[in-house]
Amino acid sequence: MTDSSEDRAGAQATPAATEAPGKAPRGAAFLDVRDLKVHFPTDDGLVKSVDGLTFSLEKGRTLGIVGESGSGKSVTSLAVMGLHRASRRQRSKVAMSGEIWLDGKELVAADPDEVRRLRGREMAMIFQDPLSALHPFYSVGNQIVEAYRVHHDVDRKTARRRAIEMLDRVGIPQPDKRVDDHPHQFSGGMRQRAMIAMALVNNPELLIADEPTTALDVTVQAQILDLIRDLQKEFGSAVIIITHDLGVVAELADDLLVMYGGRCVERGPAEKVFSAPRHPYTWGLLGSMPRIDRDQTDRLIPVKGSPPSLINVPSGCAFNPRCPYADLPEDNLTRTVRPELRESGGGHFSACHLPQEERERIWTEEIAPRL
Amino acid sequence: MTETTDDQSKKIPLQKGTEDAKASDGAAPLLRVRGLVRHFPITKGLLKRQAGAVQAVDGIDFDVRPGETLGVVGESGCGKSTMGRLITRLDEPTGGTIEFQGRDITHLSPGRLRPMRRDVQMIFQDPYGSLNPRHTIGGIVSTPFRLQGVEPEGGLKKEVQRLLELVGLSPEHYNRYPHEFSGGQRQRIGIARALALKPKLVVADEPVSALDVSIQAQVVNLMDDLQEELGLTYVIIAHDLSVIRHVSDRIAVMYLGKIVELSDRKALYESPMHPYTKALLSAVPVPDPKRRTQRDRILLKGDVPSPINPPSGCRFRTRCWKATEVCTTTEPPLVALRTGHQVACHHPENAGDRPAAAPAEPGEGAATGE
Amino acid sequence: MFSYLIRRLISAVVLLLIVSAVTFGIFFLLPKLAGQTTDQLAQQYIGKAPTPADIAAVKKNLGLDKPVFEQYWDFLKGIFAGVDYKFGPEAAKCHVPCFGYSFKTHIEVWPEIQNRLPVTLSLAAGAAVLWVVSGVATGVLSALRPGSFFDRMAMTVALAGVSLPMFFTGALALALFTYQWPVFERSDYVPLLQDPFLWARTLVLPWVTLAFLYSALYARLTRAGMLETLSEDYIRTARAKGLRERTVVVRHGLRAALTPIITVFGMDLGLLLGGALITEQVFSLKGVGAFAVEAINANDLPNILGVTLLAAFFIVICNLVVDVLYAAVDPRVRLS
Repeated sequence: MTDSSEDRAGAQATPAATEAPGKAPRGAAFLDVRDLKVHFPTDDGLVKSVDGLTFSLEKGRTLGIVGESGSGKSVTSLAVMGLHRASRRQRSKVAMSGEIWLDGKELVAADPDEVRRLRGREMAMIFQDPLSALHPFYSVGNQIVEAYRVHHDVDRKTARRRAIEMLDRVGIPQPDKRVDDHPHQFSGGMRQRAMIAMALVNNPELLIADEPTTALDVTVQAQILDLIRDLQKEFGSAVIIITHDLGVVAELADDLLVMYGGRCVERGPAEKVFSAPRHPYTWGLLGSMPRIDRDQTDRLIPVKGSPPSLINVPSGCAFNPRCPYADLPEDNLTRTVRPELRESGGGHFSACHLPQEERERIWTEEIAPRL
Repeated sequence: MTETTDDQSKKIPLQKGTEDAKASDGAAPLLRVRGLVRHFPITKGLLKRQAGAVQAVDGIDFDVRPGETLGVVGESGCGKSTMGRLITRLDEPTGGTIEFQGRDITHLSPGRLRPMRRDVQMIFQDPYGSLNPRHTIGGIVSTPFRLQGVEPEGGLKKEVQRLLELVGLSPEHYNRYPHEFSGGQRQRIGIARALALKPKLVVADEPVSALDVSIQAQVVNLMDDLQEELGLTYVIIAHDLSVIRHVSDRIAVMYLGKIVELSDRKALYESPMHPYTKALLSAVPVPDPKRRTQRDRILLKGDVPSPINPPSGCRFRTRCWKATEVCTTTEPPLVALRTGHQVACHHPENAGDRPAAAPAEPGEGAATGE
Repeated sequence: MFSYLIRRLISAVVLLLIVSAVTFGIFFLLPKLAGQTTDQLAQQYIGKAPTPADIAAVKKNLGLDKPVFEQYWDFLKGIFAGVDYKFGPEAAKCHVPCFGYSFKTHIEVWPEIQNRLPVTLSLAAGAAVLWVVSGVATGVLSALRPGSFFDRMAMTVALAGVSLPMFFTGALALALFTYQWPVFERSDYVPLLQDPFLWARTLVLPWVTLAFLYSALYARLTRAGMLETLSEDYIRTARAKGLRERTVVVRHGLRAALTPIITVFGMDLGLLLGGALITEQVFSLKGVGAFAVEAINANDLPNILGVTLLAAFFIVICNLVVDVLYAAVDPRVRLS
């Protein structure tokens, strides 16, 4: 309708067609995601898991993607990795559009086999539950060796040395012995370290960590977050960290992207988003969280209702049925028109129909004092 | 070997437990736990001999006072969930005593436990697994009445609908099935079921950890309101230190089957005395990127040792930066070092300099001593 | 791993002892329940018009007058050490393993079974290779494209394979390929070493029919297992490493999906080795199964006992092998 991004996507059948195919748009970042849509047709209707997402990321920086279950954050990461359609032969029921530029290569329209060759070498991923993400039948070393040898033409001995070196690097004691252990012989934290070793074995330039510490205890979480931070400094790669935990993001991320109902509602430098959030949903997230650093025993400020169905995403602003301020903008705008991301300065974007000044006022006068 | 730990934990803490009870306010505790032990035997070899035991809970003492919320925190494998199952008598203790309202319920038979079951209820973590998918919400919430043979005033259906309203669901949901509800709503159903018989004590094992952040807050608030409205006493077991800080009046920190620190909320978070508590608190990420650089985090090395073969003396010594010879040889008893602040440590933090006063700056406790 | 092996081995032996005791007990009791006296039993060995002295001699020789436990003990001893019987002047040596003599033919049981064994072994082994390869391949292909034309076709055929009885498919195969179009002429079993080509030609029809029945089951099992495995997290990890899809499916998917199939395979093969009764009947193969049928029809207890114990032995051994294989494949079993 009035939303320009909607129009653009509707007109474009093949996303890369408007630009010269195969060439990065000018000024593109290392990772540049433009108007990404990932839809899954199901018997109940079209599930719009990601619906027009745009963001970019440079090497050496960390982007945190925050959202609740079903917000589309994991689907986004799998889309960047090309895991929704891992091979030409894999018949997957997914409709993807938009562009994903990684280091000058477009991935959405690319041949799945080409994306496969990038996977594990230029971009790698670690997952939430390292016990189920590692194959139970193969030794940890074996799995790392395999990851290395897909992309490097070396013999097993060399690859094994490399695996031991990586296990050592991620802080596994006695790596030359543990390399032959199976995943179930490792503790939870060790497994995630092994997973990280496997992801980094090819020096990828982009590392995606999908809830890397959710299954771990706090003290182990602290170790793993430290490790990720150190390794990023060392390897200089770009990191996307996907989580529901604002604490984890605050710990690691330079930039922050808040997702709701398959869309980005707010993004910007982490400090800005935390110190002056501009979207009512972000306020809701912050108000819902009990704080470890404050002795606050008042009631929490939860978001009412529950997350939207991705088949029937509310029209207009997806957050409108749960938003306490939905009635403030005129002409029923929140329920009819999808708000666009607008910049409020310093690379801080938010998608809300409320005027900027009004939101600033609500935050400083009504929300911040209660947190 | 069970016997010795039994004896120890029975003798020493009993004294100090009574001391502590006197020190607080003299009100009789609702729940009194002394020397509670639960060992799960491990069998080995051809003949399946008992080769050892998982010492899930190994001698713990605490009271739960009427009307308070006792939070129990610890990492996975510390025995907190086992402890929850023991005090609700879903599991049989290996040793120790549990008194509910002055009555020893440690080894009551299922039949004689029945009246007690009305007063002690449990809320579970998994709102998906704990509701029978083939029963309607009405059926699920009315189960406790049928099990106990209680006919509520004004009829069963009316009472169930009142309960549904109480937990923020619509009475019209009576005939619906669990799969029609979201995670948060299911947890509300679980709470309604737990509250059906007007229990005195509710034990909640990770009540919100399976829920999304925004929903978590709704359920936490609901539990808060219900406590106020119905005068409930809670034991809330959770791994999330932020949630525990928010909901609890007093907090017990567990490590490898032992309580290492038991204290008022404020004192615990602002000046933790056990090194483990301190490390635990410092490890929690704070949603404030500005503090990232200022924080001094204590990184614990390695993993929690196996509860089959716990370290001698203090169980935390293998990962503790303050450990000395005495920690290897002698197990530190849980003693009150300040009013309402019990610690089991030979070298407690924040001990000498600050007697009872809390520090002025919130959160400073986590960063002191560096 | 070693203690695991020992434990499995001991339990296998104990299981075999129990099976043999129970079977022996049943066969000992059966004639008594039917009202036969030991005299009548002994008479079966002698034939017409025996004198009481003959009967007494046979009874003594076979130990029919001893209590059941002693008889069982002698029976076990016979299996492991052999027995010397003194029938009249010439001493008959019943060789290890001695299962006794047939009531009817008075021939030792074991050599008879031994003669039949190659037929059954050839039948079972050939069919097993066929059904595992075809069943697993079909299952994997179906699982890779669930809902596709191939998948639906394969699963329909599999359903037919599971539900059509052996005597129908077998008879149909015979009618078509032996009588209508005589591609595979009817002939007796030819030992493998004598003429491998003829050996295979006689067995092709029974193999295929038997394999059809089993591969249908295996295709369905494999498909279900693969679908489950392919949705596992570690499959996603394997793809995230950039492995080729084929490596992902075979090395990571199939290996995990195969473990439950190994279990079923052990059972099936064990059962078949004890005699493929219907298949051998339909294709007139003189295997262990046919032997068992003859023995049952003739009410020849020693033969029945021998075949039953052999079947039990195969089943127990196959399960033992499965357990060991399982431990070799899945490291979690080995260490727990």
